[in-house]
Amino acid sequence: MNNLVVLPLLIPLITGIILILFNKNVTIQKWISGFSAVILVSVNFYLLNQVYHQGIQTLKLGGWQPPFGIILVADLLAILLVLTTSVVSIACLFFAFHSLDEDREKFYFYPFFQFLITGVSGAFLTGDIFNLFVFFEVMLISSYILIVLGGSKVQLRESVKYILVNIVSSVLFVTAVAYLYAVTGTLNMADLSVRIAEVDQGPLLTVIAIFFLIVFGLKGALFPLFFWLPGSYAAPPAVVSAIFGALLTKVGIYSVFRTFSTIFYHHPEVTHQLMVVLGAITMLLGVIGAVSHWDVKKIIVYNVITAVGFIIFGIGSLSTTSYAGAIYYLLHDMTIKAALFLLIGALIAVAGTSNLKQMSGVIKYHPVLGWMFFTAALALVGVPPLSGFIGKFLLIKGGIESGHYWVVAVMLITSLLVLYSIMKIFLHGFYGKIETPKLTRTPVGLLYPCAFLLAISIGLGLGAEYVYPYVLEAAESLMDPAIYIDAVLKE
Amino acid sequence: MEVLMSLVVGILFTIGTYLILTKSFLRIIIGTALLSHGAHLLLLTMAGLKRGAAPLLGQNAQYYTDPLPQALILTAIVISFGVTSFFLVLAYRAYKELGTDDMDKLRGSDNYE
Repeated sequence: MNNLVVLPLLIPLITGIILILFNKNVTIQKWISGFSAVILVSVNFYLLNQVYHQGIQTLKLGGWQPPFGIILVADLLAILLVLTTSVVSIACLFFAFHSLDEDREKFYFYPFFQFLITGVSGAFLTGDIFNLFVFFEVMLISSYILIVLGGSKVQLRESVKYILVNIVSSVLFVTAVAYLYAVTGTLNMADLSVRIAEVDQGPLLTVIAIFFLIVFGLKGALFPLFFWLPGSYAAPPAVVSAIFGALLTKVGIYSVFRTFSTIFYHHPEVTHQLMVVLGAITMLLGVIGAVSHWDVKKIIVYNVITAVGFIIFGIGSLSTTSYAGAIYYLLHDMTIKAALFLLIGALIAVAGTSNLKQMSGVIKYHPVLGWMFFTAALALVGVPPLSGFIGKFLLIKGGIESGHYWVVAVMLITSLLVLYSIMKIFLHGFYGKIETPKLTRTPVGLLYPCAFLLAISIGLGLGAEYVYPYVLEAAESLMDPAIYIDAVLKE
Repeated sequence: MEVLMSLVVGILFTIGTYLILTKSFLRIIIGTALLSHGAHLLLLTMAGLKRGAAPLLGQNAQYYTDPLPQALILTAIVISFGVTSFFLVLAYRAYKELGTDDMDKLRGSDNYE
């Protein structure tokens, strides 16, 4: 029992409720949300060290024994992701201070931002599969509002599709939970794991496992199910795209991680093999989309899909190395995708267009923005001193160890195309003759959050010696579900 | 009893899917409502429809029906209520702004607006 585990949920929730009261006073909203974001990061940092040194921390809500009550479980994977979420959210928040118009700020942008963080942190920390559904909904309903807030035509058009897809996937989630409850009679993840291990996951349970893969694949944009993502992520303002690209799909991936390493791990030749194949197709198709577009936002959006493919492949390979690679890549990707979306937002703000064919020579007037984008691009691709390298290296090593040579080949080709797609922005947008019609002065306020995220990304790369032990231990404990089960059920 | 309920749920899912694949906004929303009805009935059915008293301890019965799925359904119902009302308002606003309720005319293209 550790009461601190509830704080990553409680701090943004209470902040959001307080912010509703001050909806007309933007200055107070900014101060309160900034202050609470700083507290959230420090609490999460403290929790991370506690989990690392003392083992998995749990909180039985209401004092009920685990299979009967709801339990919050902070294991290393969950707490690493919660910490990254809070770090990303602080950068997005400060970007929002400088980029949003007053109408959006007065119409409850900051409260719904806080509720979104509540939903995401809750989904990472919960140990109960129906509670996961509820936190998904908290996150999704906030995201519905953030995507449509402002009400421009393109936002309305895309949010209709986004909401429809998510309603259908939520119905499928409830259906999957109903089947799982009928077979096992429990909803607690650790208890599910024990009971499924007892019956050795028959065909019916494998079908349910694939059902869950479909549900989480819809949330996380896996190959046949990513059709909704490019349109809806490109519609809202840059800061909202950054939160979505960094956090929402990652919650789907985390759920795949949790269910397929803790609960459904008995027949990897069916479920995990499927994940390897789908991951390979996802990364290839994502990058093909990125290469084909001339809209800067669309290029980054398609790169989100590529990253999903990498991580799902890592989960499917089922070894400690590839798990560590997938976790490292997940942490890296959350930071760098947020940074790229914010940089693109700043680029669109100074160039006045998102079409690459209409802008060029931006670097002459905005050298800091240009070189920051260049660094972020190299980090995304995985050039050695930066953060993307270690995750990708471990994923490739894990892929070779488990004998998936063709997927490793696809992954390397994909990385090359990612480099091409992102350098296209640099060469056409930042270099070349100065033809851009509208070049406003450098918005310094927009650059600080990007610099902060880039510093984190460089830190993840150069400081791998300090980060890697955490990631390795998270991967090792995921490989052995008994650690999780013991922490939840025997205390 | 479970067989009958499964058939009903299957019919609800079929009609819901059919309606979601049509062009008009309102039909799609009705489709999502039918889908969530199907999912809630499925939750109730899959927990078993054995005879027993309502889950109230005052009844002093020997057997009670399973209270957990009822709590789950109650949660799912309010969530889908919230989402459906938001979706309806959004459909209204989108109709006002975009001037159509035909999904075919709401195709995205690369040039914004």
